Amino acid sequence: MEITKDLTIPKLFLKQARKYGKDRVAMREKEFGIWRPFTWHDYLENVRQIALGLISLGLKPGDKVSMIGDNRPEGLWSEIAALCARGVGVWLFQDSLIEEVKYIIAHSDTKYLFGEGQEEVDKAISIFDECPKLEKIIWDDPKGMRNYDQDFLISLKEVRRMGRELEQREPDLFEEMIQKVHGDEVALLFYTSGTTALPKGALLSHYNMLTMGKNLMAVDPCRETDDYVSYLPFAWIGEQMMSISCGLQIGYTINFPESTETAQENIREIGPHVMFAPPRMYEQMTRTVQVKYLDATWIKRKCYELSLKIGYHVADLKFQKKPIPWYWAFLKWLAYIVVQKKLKDHLGLSQVRNAYTGGAAMGPDHFRFFHSLGVNLKQIYGQTEVAGISVVHRSGDIKFDTVGIPIPETEVSITEDGEILTKSPSVFLGYYKNPENTEKTLKDGWLYSGDKGFIDDDGHLVVFDRSKDVMTLSDGRPFAPQYLETRLKFSPYMKDSWVIGDKREYVTAVICIDYSVVGKWADEKKLTYTSYPELTQKAEVYELVEKQIRRANKDLPEAARIRKFINLYKEFDADDDELTRTRKLRRAFVEKRYQDLVSSLYSDKDLVHIDTTITYEDGRKSHIKTDLHIKNVGD
Amino acid sequence: MSFGKVLALAGVSLKIRKGEIHSVIGPNGAGKTVMMNCINGLYRPQKGNIYYNQQKINNLKPFKRAKLGIARTFQKVEVFGGMTVLDNIRLGRHIHFKSSITSGSVYLGKTAREETEHRTFIEEEIIDLLEIEHIRHKPVGMLPYGLQKRVELGRALALEPELLILDEPLAGLNLEEVEDMARFILDINEEERWNVSCLLVEHDMGVVMDLSDRVFVLNFGNMIIDGTPEEVQNHPEVIKAYLGEEDLYATRR
Repeated sequence: MEITKDLTIPKLFLKQARKYGKDRVAMREKEFGIWRPFTWHDYLENVRQIALGLISLGLKPGDKVSMIGDNRPEGLWSEIAALCARGVGVWLFQDSLIEEVKYIIAHSDTKYLFGEGQEEVDKAISIFDECPKLEKIIWDDPKGMRNYDQDFLISLKEVRRMGRELEQREPDLFEEMIQKVHGDEVALLFYTSGTTALPKGALLSHYNMLTMGKNLMAVDPCRETDDYVSYLPFAWIGEQMMSISCGLQIGYTINFPESTETAQENIREIGPHVMFAPPRMYEQMTRTVQVKYLDATWIKRKCYELSLKIGYHVADLKFQKKPIPWYWAFLKWLAYIVVQKKLKDHLGLSQVRNAYTGGAAMGPDHFRFFHSLGVNLKQIYGQTEVAGISVVHRSGDIKFDTVGIPIPETEVSITEDGEILTKSPSVFLGYYKNPENTEKTLKDGWLYSGDKGFIDDDGHLVVFDRSKDVMTLSDGRPFAPQYLETRLKFSPYMKDSWVIGDKREYVTAVICIDYSVVGKWADEKKLTYTSYPELTQKAEVYELVEKQIRRANKDLPEAARIRKFINLYKEFDADDDELTRTRKLRRAFVEKRYQDLVSSLYSDKDLVHIDTTITYEDGRKSHIKTDLHIKNVGD
Repeated sequence: MSFGKVLALAGVSLKIRKGEIHSVIGPNGAGKTVMMNCINGLYRPQKGNIYYNQQKINNLKPFKRAKLGIARTFQKVEVFGGMTVLDNIRLGRHIHFKSSITSGSVYLGKTAREETEHRTFIEEEIIDLLEIEHIRHKPVGMLPYGLQKRVELGRALALEPELLILDEPLAGLNLEEVEDMARFILDINEEERWNVSCLLVEHDMGVVMDLSDRVFVLNFGNMIIDGTPEEVQNHPEVIKAYLGEEDLYATRR
C-alpha cells in the first residue's frame, strides 16, 4: 500500500470498512464470558454515529478529545471517531492519578473527555473546575452512574443518538468530513512517560502513524487472518502502532480481553499471531513458568530441564547463525512435542509468528529463554516521538545485546558523544506548547533521542541506556545499570531492582522481592509473616536474595559486581512516582526519595531506619516506620 | 428466643420497609446473629411472630423462606470450597429451575432454553456486577477471603431475593475490599434492576452510618432504639453501650 500525504487514518478506515463490510470480523470483545464479534460494518457504523455526535456537540477541527479507560471497542471507536471529525486524540493511562489526569487534560486543552464508567467520571468531575476548556464528559458504562446529574455529563448512547439525528439531516456529512482531513494534520497528541520531568505532549500526524505501520510491516508482514490481542494501555504508543497503524492497514482482528485480570487467560484463548509488549510482560511469563516448574513433580521437572537444555543449544546455534545438525533438529522436535508445545499453549504463544519487546531493556537471559522455546522474540527500539519504533531485529538475525537494524525509510546515526539520532517519515511534528524542547529534540529533521548507544560491526544498533543513567564504575569504565537490573530480574524471586554505583567505590542494589513467589517460598519453608514489609526483612529471605545476586554477579567484571543490597519494604509503584506508567524506573526521583538508603549503603551501617508515607491510588496516605537491614554479598 | 436459661432475644420488634437498608448493630453477643437466624428460619423462636409480606412465616422451613425471596450471607463464609465460583452461584439459582431431573438429563428444547436464560442472568447480572470474571472457573476454596465473601454474596443474589440478610459482610476485609463491598451493597439496593431490601449486621460504624436508612440497636437481647442513623448516633444509651467504646469498634477510616 502506498502511503501518500493525502491519505489519512479516517480515509484508510473508510476504505477498509467498505472493503470488508459485513464479511470480516474487525474486533472481538469478551463480554459476559463469551467472545462477541464486531464486523467492519459495525465498526464503521459505531464510529460514524460517535463522530457525528461529536460534531453536534460542537467539535471543531483541531479540538482535543481525550480518552481514558480499559481497552475495549468503545475506546477505539471514540478515538477513530474523533479523528474522523478532525479532532485530535489524546489517551490517558487508565490508572493515572488525579494529578496526572489534571495536568494532561489542562495542558492539552481537551474539550471532550471519554471516560469508561463511574471511576473515570469521578476523576473527571474532581478536575472539571480546574480545566476551563473541558466541556463535556462522555461515559458509557451505566454501572453506578444512577445518581449523577451534572449537566456536563453525557452518555455515549446520547452522543450516538445525536449522531444519528445529524446523519438523517445531513447524510453525506461524515464522508465529506473525512475527505477534508489532510495527512499532515495532527492526529494524536501523545504524552511521553517522562522518566525525568513532567510529561511532554508529542504531536503525531496521520502521515507519521501510517508510515510507521507500513515500514514495520515491510519487515514482518502481517496477514488479514491474523489475530492480535489488545490489552496494553492505548496511551502507550506501541499499542497505537499495533491497533491503528498496522491494524487498519492490514485489517487483522483485534481482540479485547474481558478485564485486565483475565488478559493472560484471554490471550491463551485467542492465540495471537503477533505480539508487542514491554519486557515486564515477558518477565512475568518467565516467572510464571519458573514458579510452576518449582511446583511440578520430579518427572515433569526432568522433562522440562532436558527440553530447556535442547532448546538453549538449538537457540544458541541459531544466534551464531550456524546450521543445525539433523540430530539436534530431531531432539528439538522431540522437546517440542513433549514439553514446549504445551508450555507455549499455556502462555498463549502457540501461534505467535513475531513477538516484539520494547520500551525498556530486556535481559539476555529472558531473551534466550523465549528463543529456546522457539518463540521468535525480537527487540525493537523506538519512542513516542517516532510514532512507535525505528529499529527492529530481523528474523534469523537476532543478537540479544542489540535492538536490530533500522526499518525501511529510517536512518539512524550516532553523534560524537554517542547520542542516538533518528530520521524517518514518522518523526513527530514537535511538542505541544513546548517550543523550547522541540528545538532541542528536533534539529534538521533528526530526532535527538537522549539515549546513548553505538552501531556494531553487523550494523546493529546497541542501546546503552538513557545518557544520564550511564554510570561510571570505580575503575573508570562506563556501565549501564539497566543491564544489571535485567539480569537480576531473571530470578523469579525479584520483581524490581535498582542498581546504584555511579562514581562510587562499589556497586549496590535495592531489591523489591516478588510478593507472591517469595511468599509461597516462605510458606513452604514454614516462615511466618503477615505483610510485605515483614517478609522482606526476614533473614532467610535475605539469604535467598543474596544467592540470586551471586548468580547474577557471576561472569561480571570485578568492579561491576553488586557488593551490598537492601530489600525494600515496598514494591516500586507508579502511583508513588517511582516508576513511569510504562514501569520504567525514575532514577533521579528514587535517588532523592531514598537518599538515606543510598548513603547507608555506602557507610558501615547494617541497619537503616525508615520513616515515610505511602500514597494509595485514591490519594489516601499511610505512614510507615520500619528498620531495613543491609547485607553484604559474598563471592 | 432463649437457649436454656440464656435469654438471647427478648421483646424485640423490627420492621424492615421495602427498598431500605436496615442495619442491626450491637456489641458482641447482643443477639444479632440469633435474630438473623430467626428471620431466615435456622432457629424457631419460642415466642413471637415473624411476618413477611403480611404472611406469617414462623413455621416455614428455611428453603421455603428462600422461595419467598429471603436470601442471606453468613458471618463466616459458608461456600462450597471444592466447587468453582460459577457452580457456587449456579447453586443459588437452583430454586428457580423448573425442569425436572429427567428432562435435565436429556437437555433439549425448553430445558436448554431455560439453562441459557439462567446462564445469561448469572453472567450479565451477577458476575459483571461483582467483578469476578477472572475467577469464574477457580475453586472457591483457593481464593482469598475477600473474594470468597463476594462469591457468597453472588450466590445469595442468584436467588433474586427481595430481602437480603447480610451478616457482617465486611468483617475481615481490607480497606479496598470494604469499599468494593459497600459499593455492591449500594448497587444492589439502589439499582432499579435489583431494588433489594437489605438487612445488614455490621460492626464498621462508618459504613453502617453511611449506607443505612435505619439502624436498629441491640444490647443483651433487648432493643435500645430503632431509628435513623442521626437519632441512633445521638442516643445516650447507644453511646454508652456501643459507640463509646472507641477502641473496640473504631471505624476503619
